[in-house]
Amino acid sequence: MSSAQLEIQLISVLVAIACAIPGTFLVLRKMAMISDAISHSILPGIVIGFFLTENLNSPLLILLAAFTGVLTVWLVETIQKTGLVKEDTAIGLVFPALFSIGVILIAKNANDVHLDIDAVLLGELAFAPFDRLLINELDLGPKSIWVIGSILFVNVILLFTFYKELKLSTFDKGLAISLGFSPVLLHYGLMSVASVTVVGSFDAVGAILVVALMIAPAASAYLLTDDLKKMLLLSCLIGAMSAIGGYWLANLLDASIAGAITTVLGIIFLMVYLFAPDRGIISVMLKEKQQRKEVLLLTFLLHLQNHDEEKERRVQHLQEHINWQKLKAREILQLAEKNNLITINNAIISLTEKGKSFTQEAISHIVTNKETAIEGLKRDFLLFRG
Amino acid sequence: MKEYLELLWTDYTLQVITLGTAILGATCGMLGSFAVLRKQSLLGDAISHAALPGIALIFLITGTKDSTTLLIGALISGLIGSYWINGIIKRTRLKTDTALGLILSLFFGVGILLLTFIQKMPDANQAGLDKYLFGQAATLVVKDVWIMGVVSVISLIVTLLFWKEIKLFLFDTEFSKTLGFKTNTINFLITSLIVIAIVIGLQTVGVILMSAMLLAPAAAARQWTNKLSVMVSLAAAFGAISGVIGTAISASQNNLSTGPVIVIVAGVFVLISFIFSPSRGLLFKEIQKYQNRNDLKLFKTLTFMHEIAKTHENIEHPHAIKILNNFQGFTKRSLEQLQQREWIKLQNNMWSMTHKGFNAAQDIHLMGEDE
Amino acid sequence: MRASSDHIAVQVDDLTVAYNYKPVLWDIDLEIPQGVLMAIVGPNGAGKSTLIKSILDIIDPIAGSVRIFGKPYKKQYQKVAYVPQKGSVDWDFPTTALDVVLMGTYGKLGWIRRPGEKQKKSALEALEKAGMLPFRDRQISQLSGGQQQRIFLARALVQQAEIYFMDEPFQGVDASTEIAIINILKELRKQKKTVIVVHHDLQTVPEYFDWVTFLNVKKIATGPVKDIFNDDNLTKTYGINYKVAINQ
Repeated sequence: MSSAQLEIQLISVLVAIACAIPGTFLVLRKMAMISDAISHSILPGIVIGFFLTENLNSPLLILLAAFTGVLTVWLVETIQKTGLVKEDTAIGLVFPALFSIGVILIAKNANDVHLDIDAVLLGELAFAPFDRLLINELDLGPKSIWVIGSILFVNVILLFTFYKELKLSTFDKGLAISLGFSPVLLHYGLMSVASVTVVGSFDAVGAILVVALMIAPAASAYLLTDDLKKMLLLSCLIGAMSAIGGYWLANLLDASIAGAITTVLGIIFLMVYLFAPDRGIISVMLKEKQQRKEVLLLTFLLHLQNHDEEKERRVQHLQEHINWQKLKAREILQLAEKNNLITINNAIISLTEKGKSFTQEAISHIVTNKETAIEGLKRDFLLFRG
Repeated sequence: MKEYLELLWTDYTLQVITLGTAILGATCGMLGSFAVLRKQSLLGDAISHAALPGIALIFLITGTKDSTTLLIGALISGLIGSYWINGIIKRTRLKTDTALGLILSLFFGVGILLLTFIQKMPDANQAGLDKYLFGQAATLVVKDVWIMGVVSVISLIVTLLFWKEIKLFLFDTEFSKTLGFKTNTINFLITSLIVIAIVIGLQTVGVILMSAMLLAPAAAARQWTNKLSVMVSLAAAFGAISGVIGTAISASQNNLSTGPVIVIVAGVFVLISFIFSPSRGLLFKEIQKYQNRNDLKLFKTLTFMHEIAKTHENIEHPHAIKILNNFQGFTKRSLEQLQQREWIKLQNNMWSMTHKGFNAAQDIHLMGEDE
Repeated sequence: MRASSDHIAVQVDDLTVAYNYKPVLWDIDLEIPQGVLMAIVGPNGAGKSTLIKSILDIIDPIAGSVRIFGKPYKKQYQKVAYVPQKGSVDWDFPTTALDVVLMGTYGKLGWIRRPGEKQKKSALEALEKAGMLPFRDRQISQLSGGQQQRIFLARALVQQAEIYFMDEPFQGVDASTEIAIINILKELRKQKKTVIVVHHDLQTVPEYFDWVTFLNVKKIATGPVKDIFNDDNLTKTYGINYKVAINQ
């Protein structure tokens, strides 16, 4: 591995981690699309900043562009407040307009600006090692490492400093306000951090793919854990893994590194989406199947409890009256019998004592909304579950 | 500009392109209205981005640059994207915005990977796929415009035939279900039309900005009317005009993609509508606010005068303007405005209340008690 | 029981509905006689709206069946009218009061056919009955909460149904609208229509209704107000503190 290869991987890992931190909070705050809006609308900021500074890595340019990002958020919220259009239409109107302005500015000044549309979309990670930071002829490595490294550093410091406030305002806005944390300040703080991070990463991965680095690791992590700290760590880990994996995929195919990183992110998300324990769709579907059966079982038991008359307790009645398909009815019947909740005599079903007390307790839990208690109840009573 | 118009008379290619973008804009404006009213504004964005890998994959498999074939790929991957979004929202704890952002960026990333892979293939036949990023109306050929025409006629027929059902579905889905309408069918109809409109627009506007083509004309049109039929027609008109103007500008300049220009033109429509719409516009609201404030000031002055006039048997008894000096907030202008409304009469340095003014003051007094 | 089914407007058997596999309605048996003015009462989350939505086939139950005059809903939808909760739609939708009321005629028109003069005439009549005729051309967002509720009521009247389902029609309306609604309910009862209302205000139940169903996930009781609207059933439905619920 050459040092250039190493440096590219280092940059992409830094970018991935720097994005994952604000990304986690955006996903939790249901503001993922805002990152999309920011990443598009910073473009005119970058172009104008470039006219002024003529240097893509200048801190002034980064701040100016980040300001455009925050401005976008403000603009979207202002339009929402006028009530002229519904919520998400405001986002959908603002960012294409700003992005278009950026694209046209670049196209009209193509000769003066060393920014082309491809760079805007794809980033120029492959060239990053050639733009080096030299102080007194001393080679301090690629400039990008310093830029994104400082952004990451600031993000981490801010995360540690304001962790408690961020957590509180994300999960319990009301409490945060009553404790005196200004949600507006935190909101715009987070937006500023997100904007600066997007601008810093823009150079490396381009406008649209930076969205993937913000959202996909956090979304995958959210399907794996409930703990905010673990979620943050996992997001960083998933981001970093995709960065390295993506680099080698791009190497293999001789294609865009940013595209490859996103593709790896997509594969990781797909895997998590399918196979995550508890929250992946396979496990969700299995659980749903079991729950469906258990609800039917409960329904059936309650029906027996409600009706003393023999007519209502005939096996046949299950199909006729409760309106179940034959198969489902037989399955439920077997399940109830296996668990000793019912007895069947002459095709007439009766609740056992165990069945009666199970049903009674289940009802009281459901009426009083104690879902967890029901799960416990099922554990206690049911030897066999769906 | 004049040259362009002359060219438009004579140049067949330009006529084809202009017709194409007009049709496209009208179709998108019409169908975009439905998307906006369903509050699914950003779904179009996700679907159009998700179409990119489909275009690239079809090219890799077939090696053709024929736009119809490529658009079928776009349609398939756009649909997969939209189904996956649905799956994420329904089956996981992730919310709508995350699902949209995920699919949008992940599919687009895969598309970019494939596009750059194609670009570096030894086969030289690959150039020209990047027009799907920002759109290039200049590449439209007669066949493309035919397809647009057919799609737009079908959309129009479906919309006209099922107008009643679509309106009911958009306004109150559950109610339409109780009336015996199959809401799934209507939903499928609307969604399919929107997805197809997105796909046929990709070549002209590009995957990145296609959603604005749907939203902007509809958002602008909504400001001018409170009737659905007028809104849809206006949106179609705005869309068509944006398309035509955008194409004209981008065609008369070098190196300018069509998509961004069309979007900016449409954006201007939105801006104008937001500000100048006669009933909902921001300017109108400001004027109204100013008028209300002014009225309030006049009412206050009138009430004060009423208190004084009340004490006299003859309410039209003249008083010196000087008495009003204890009362802050009257100006020479406000007195004149009161006289204009025939609530008071001014003579020299005296004012007197009219009967009309007396009644008005009493009404104001009653209104105040009501609240 | 079967013998008297001619006079049963709505028959619900063993109905169970679950959201995310948690039962919200459990084994409901219910017979609503034709011609009653019935309130469905129960605490928040008791499944009142869910019950009428599953009768109306908007929600799929996991078990049980519903019959409207002895037949499944799909065959009887023309005999049923529905007033949803006011908050369930976007009132900024670009349409007028008259247009919304016309929507009530769509069910009998079926697919594709458009409302004509006849439908417009009956829509205007319904607007008149709801006291909303002067507002026919208003954009619906420019109506007050009470007026919006009356528009929904007029839309249901236009359906010319046998059974009317109303989901909290008194929620957040002014006094005059409340009186207007009550007058319409009484008019419907005179015409022997069946009216089923999800109702919050326990105090007014004896005054407005003649039939009542107590609901809290399970059916607690159903029958004539004068027989069953008592402390015993209220306690069973709302818990010991039902008096608080009444005075809310």
